Amino acid sequence: MDELKLYTYIAVFGSFAVYFGIAWWARASSTSDFYVAGGGITPLQNGMAIGADWMSAASFISMAGLIAFLGYGGSVFLMGWTGGYVLLATLLAPYMRKHGKFTVPEFISDRYYSKTARIVAVVCLIIASLTYIIGQMKGVGVAFSRFLEVDYGLGLGIGMMVVWVYAVLGGMKGITYTQIAQYCVLIFAYTIPAVFISLQLTGNPIPQLGLGSTLADGSGVYLLDKLDLVVTDLGFKEYTTDNMGGTLNMFAYTMSLMIGTAGLPHVIMRFFTVPSVKAARSSAGYALVFIALLYTVAPAVGAMARLNLMNTIEPQAGQHMVYEERPQWFKDWENTGLLKFEDKNGDGKVQYVADAATNEMDKVDRDIMVLANPAIANLPNWVIALVAAGGLAAALSTAAGLLLAISSSISHDLMKGVLTPNLSEKSELRASRIVMTISILISGYLGLNPPGFAAGTVALAFGLAASSIFPALMMGIFSKKMSGKAAIAGMCSGIGITMLYVFQHKGIMFIPGTSFLGGLEENWFFGISPNAFGAVGAIVNFTVAFVVCKATGDAPEHIQRLVENLRIPKGSGVAHAH
Amino acid sequence: MESNNSYWRENLRLIFICLVIWFVVSFGFGLILVEPLNEFRLGGYKLGFWFAQQGSIYTFVALVFWYSAQMNKLDKKYDVEE
Repeated sequence: MDELKLYTYIAVFGSFAVYFGIAWWARASSTSDFYVAGGGITPLQNGMAIGADWMSAASFISMAGLIAFLGYGGSVFLMGWTGGYVLLATLLAPYMRKHGKFTVPEFISDRYYSKTARIVAVVCLIIASLTYIIGQMKGVGVAFSRFLEVDYGLGLGIGMMVVWVYAVLGGMKGITYTQIAQYCVLIFAYTIPAVFISLQLTGNPIPQLGLGSTLADGSGVYLLDKLDLVVTDLGFKEYTTDNMGGTLNMFAYTMSLMIGTAGLPHVIMRFFTVPSVKAARSSAGYALVFIALLYTVAPAVGAMARLNLMNTIEPQAGQHMVYEERPQWFKDWENTGLLKFEDKNGDGKVQYVADAATNEMDKVDRDIMVLANPAIANLPNWVIALVAAGGLAAALSTAAGLLLAISSSISHDLMKGVLTPNLSEKSELRASRIVMTISILISGYLGLNPPGFAAGTVALAFGLAASSIFPALMMGIFSKKMSGKAAIAGMCSGIGITMLYVFQHKGIMFIPGTSFLGGLEENWFFGISPNAFGAVGAIVNFTVAFVVCKATGDAPEHIQRLVENLRIPKGSGVAHAH
Repeated sequence: MESNNSYWRENLRLIFICLVIWFVVSFGFGLILVEPLNEFRLGGYKLGFWFAQQGSIYTFVALVFWYSAQMNKLDKKYDVEE
């Protein structure tokens, strides 16, 4: 076994041992433990757990790679996935905590005095969460197969086992404490390589400052200016100004991600675990600090990875890398098929240019940038091993949070709330464990046989949350008179129009050939891409709800009093079932 | 209750201030005004680019803590703490 593999085994299985230890120590013994960790999590702990819950395999593995190739256009992810927390902190979290129940659909059912509303919310939640989990499971499989060279399916199975142990045993309590450990692992794994690379390239150890510094090669040129020059020389768009599909599209995209972030149930749910409204407000702040740590490093990782990649392939303008002399990481990623070279002009050298006719880098998968980055920069093996453990921590922590959101919505909202209200606490606890086990099996199966539409579904998850859940929650708090009928009409039309738009451009259930307008940009509504349509769906939701409310009358008096009570922190108590 | 109503009005005012700043730093400086701002520099960063990839995020963090501190004061003022 070589050194790298040994370190990787130590990092990965060492971190797993820690998660198991925590799970045993934080076993859940009541439904309150299982759903909201007994309501005893401090804001700082909750902030860290939210950070791990939120930062998924997509944030850890994919985002910096997206930024590396989108440049300025990648800003939509940076602003969208952090700006949502301002909305959460000011518009939702404190009031949801004040209401003091276990789940998001439960809030919707109380506020809109309707079981139908609860069922609609459960459906939105399950679709959004399941699509997300598929991505996490794929991340686990890829990390295992690349770093430990085990079979993809076996890696996936190990990941499922690990989540099962601590999520089913510990519920929210176990998940929270494990997520705190996972946050530490993932943030170290993300920032340490970035610090090394920033130091190498600019001499500044802080990546956020390094990105704005001059290069350490003595030329006195700023890193970003150099990057702009290198990419434009090869015919690519200028890094710092490349605006993805125009300002309006970026605007709508950013807005959709922000609203979607604020409407994702597995994140909102975490605010039920703190003891008070005050703690809910401050835990949003801590969460954002912990998230911002990674999100402000990511643009540096992206830009520096792009520059290193370009410099490897073309060390100086006009001088190309000889294919036979390619570095080891190049060969490793070629083996996975995520990096492909074709010697079109037969000169044995690698030409990487924007023009498709002469470009010889047939495929440079964006997802490899973070994982390959330490190797591209020649960092020591223990750093590469750490990145593997970090990627797994990011995927597992998010999967656990999503699994809890799904199982609580089924055992608490559907079974206890609608189908079998007489369920005892003990049976409810058992039911939620069984449901979670089934959810793990289903998501594992989907991770192993990803449906054809997997790639398009993350956009759908955000679009759904943005166009259905967020507006319903916000109106529930800020408009006393909003009625149940109106909210249901709003949710259904918001989701409806968003799904219609996504399907008409990407195919019904993403099946190719069934899209009736085609994926073509010229057919996009004001140039808004399907991924960015959630914001429009949200506007439709608000509008329909207000019109229906005007036409059919206000919410009853006792509901208006409930809303007034929501707005005042006094008398909140620990989250409870009834 | 009258005092609860004015507590809520003051809260709405704070939320409004937060959301205006939230909008200006991200959608304003980072997207709509990015080109004119890019004429200015912050070290190696073009200023508009810096707001889109760094500045807006720092501002979000500050906003959430500021709102939380202001609300704690407001809770005390109107005696609605838990």
